Amino acid sequence: MLVATGLECVRGERSLFRDVGFSLAPGTLMRVMGRNGSGKTSLLRILTGTLEPLAGEIRWHGERIAALGDGYRSELTYLGHQNAIKDDLTPVENLLVSERLAGTQITDTAARRALQRVGLSGFEDTPTRALSQGQKRRAALARLESRKTFGLWILDEPFVALDTAAVSELRKIIEERLATGGIIVMTTHQDVPITSPAVHDLRLGA
Amino acid sequence: MSTMIEAAPKASPDLIGAYCCIVQRDLRLALRRRVDALNTLVFFVIVVSLFPLSVGAEPALFRAIAPGVIWVAALLASMLALQRLFASDYADGTLEQLLLAPQPLGVMVAAKVTAHWLVAGLPLVIAAPLLGLQFNLPADSLGVLVLSLMLGTPTLGLIGAIGAALTLGLRSAGVLVSLLVLPLYIPVLIFGAGAVEAAASGLGAGPHLSLLGAFLAAALFFAPWATSFALRISME
Amino acid sequence: MNWFKYSAPQTFYPLAGTLAKWFFAAATVLTAIGLYISFFVAPTDAQQGESYRIIFIHVPAAWMSMLIYLVMALWAGIGLAFNTRLSSMMALALAPTGALMTFIALWTGSLWGKPTWGTWWVWDARLTSELILLFLYLGFMGLHAAIDEARRADHAAALLAIVGVVNVPIIYFSVQWWNTLHQGASVSLTKSPTMAATMLTGMLVMTFAIWAYCIAASLLRVRAIILERERRAEWVAKLAEVRS
Repeated sequence: MLVATGLECVRGERSLFRDVGFSLAPGTLMRVMGRNGSGKTSLLRILTGTLEPLAGEIRWHGERIAALGDGYRSELTYLGHQNAIKDDLTPVENLLVSERLAGTQITDTAARRALQRVGLSGFEDTPTRALSQGQKRRAALARLESRKTFGLWILDEPFVALDTAAVSELRKIIEERLATGGIIVMTTHQDVPITSPAVHDLRLGA
Repeated sequence: MSTMIEAAPKASPDLIGAYCCIVQRDLRLALRRRVDALNTLVFFVIVVSLFPLSVGAEPALFRAIAPGVIWVAALLASMLALQRLFASDYADGTLEQLLLAPQPLGVMVAAKVTAHWLVAGLPLVIAAPLLGLQFNLPADSLGVLVLSLMLGTPTLGLIGAIGAALTLGLRSAGVLVSLLVLPLYIPVLIFGAGAVEAAASGLGAGPHLSLLGAFLAAALFFAPWATSFALRISME
Repeated sequence: MNWFKYSAPQTFYPLAGTLAKWFFAAATVLTAIGLYISFFVAPTDAQQGESYRIIFIHVPAAWMSMLIYLVMALWAGIGLAFNTRLSSMMALALAPTGALMTFIALWTGSLWGKPTWGTWWVWDARLTSELILLFLYLGFMGLHAAIDEARRADHAAALLAIVGVVNVPIIYFSVQWWNTLHQGASVSLTKSPTMAATMLTGMLVMTFAIWAYCIAASLLRVRAIILERERRAEWVAKLAEVRS
């Protein structure tokens, strides 16, 4: 259960949004919509706890996320604009490192299987530098495979740079997570139809 | 083997595992970009070699200024390397993921500084005796020089990490970080160079080295914490 | 009286203006008295002649330079801990005055050093520490100026100020140690013959004068910072000095 009340965000001189609130039950997909610069990414970063809102608070299972700290972060997966992938490492190495730090230790075989699922077969041991933008995005998305037990996924424009095959695979991954009771918050400009037990649309800067 | 990946949210985060993971990752990255690591060392050697050219070739003078020269060069080289500490992690988004990982950020900062020191600090410690020989330093002073750098350069890295974290992503980060960090480096410089001088003059470097050790202990305790605080401020 | 009322920039702004006027007035009167005592009442020093009179500015400035750094770090720390914007603005407003005092202390020290020690600069422990203090001030202001986002700038500079405060004793002690190993100051202010009562009075009056000046200058600067940060706010637009 993710509950936000009275969120207000100011970046620099601009007030992005104020009095934003929602309550998301397990299995809910929240789509954050709005123009460029309406504060979508800022809202996601506030939800991760990286950015402090000017006002308002966020509770995870009834507790404030700031108080939960590492306890909250161990249930949270965030995929930002940047892929968080090291150009000098291969996709397998990247995945092993990121999963170790997220606390989901996976084996080499499991990492390769996750990469295969997002369509990176044959590129597992190529330095990421040599991959295309879309392939890098896929390498980042491979993390979701091992974070299936995490209660909250926060995805910032997950469909950007992906081709149709990857889009439908990601759609499937998201739908599976929602069906098993995960909460997903995401921003997107593409109109990808996702079947979900519950959908909550949030429009910023309306 | 089942296709499902076992990923139960952990009760106790594996701190040592995470620490080693980051050290290992950063060392591997440094190995794939050897030039970066080499640059620091080359800079160190060049700065030290410039001094004889600027003050003239008199052996007695050399011996007198050698500890100071080598220490100042080591300090400048460490400072120059600071910009690489968080910059690439910041640029590609891995730093943001570190902040969101369920381990205390201080542990991960400590890991990054460790790897950074192994790549940028340790080579200076190893190269220092050779440069000392160039300056005619006696053998026992060389030993103290290595020891003082061994204790001092990690402290420089730890203090420097705070400055690097505060200036993250700023346009003028390079110059600014030196302005922030150099005043804080002064105690280490004084006792580092002082240790070698004391050894050369036969006074015994014990007190200096103990103080350097104390600085290192204090920095190990406070700096990772202050750095993680600074990172959270800078990543807002 | 509710003091917390004044923790909001809007209510503090007019108060700061009134206070600044009074402190400026106090600074003017005290400086006049202090300078009169310094130049006409205090006797000529037996050892140093007339040149010692510079300590009437030098010593108060040196005291202020250290005090302001502590106060600045305190405000910055409060701003960091409680996220109170006005405290951070106070810290920022104090920094240039602190740097100015440090600079005056260094400059007058060097003016005093020329006739007394025969050189403009001596690597004396106090002078060196004072120079490092100047660098710390410059670092604080430089970091703040380099960051566009006001909140990040406030917090980052605050953390730097706190790290600086922790380090100042270590730096001072190191420099002292280093100085005794290398050379001792030939004449030290503390070792000079016991001060005449009039000298002490002059110095104290000048200290209060500089104190009043620093408070007034910082208050004026904090007013400017408030106006800059709140320029979009309604209450600023209604101010007489803004409308005209």
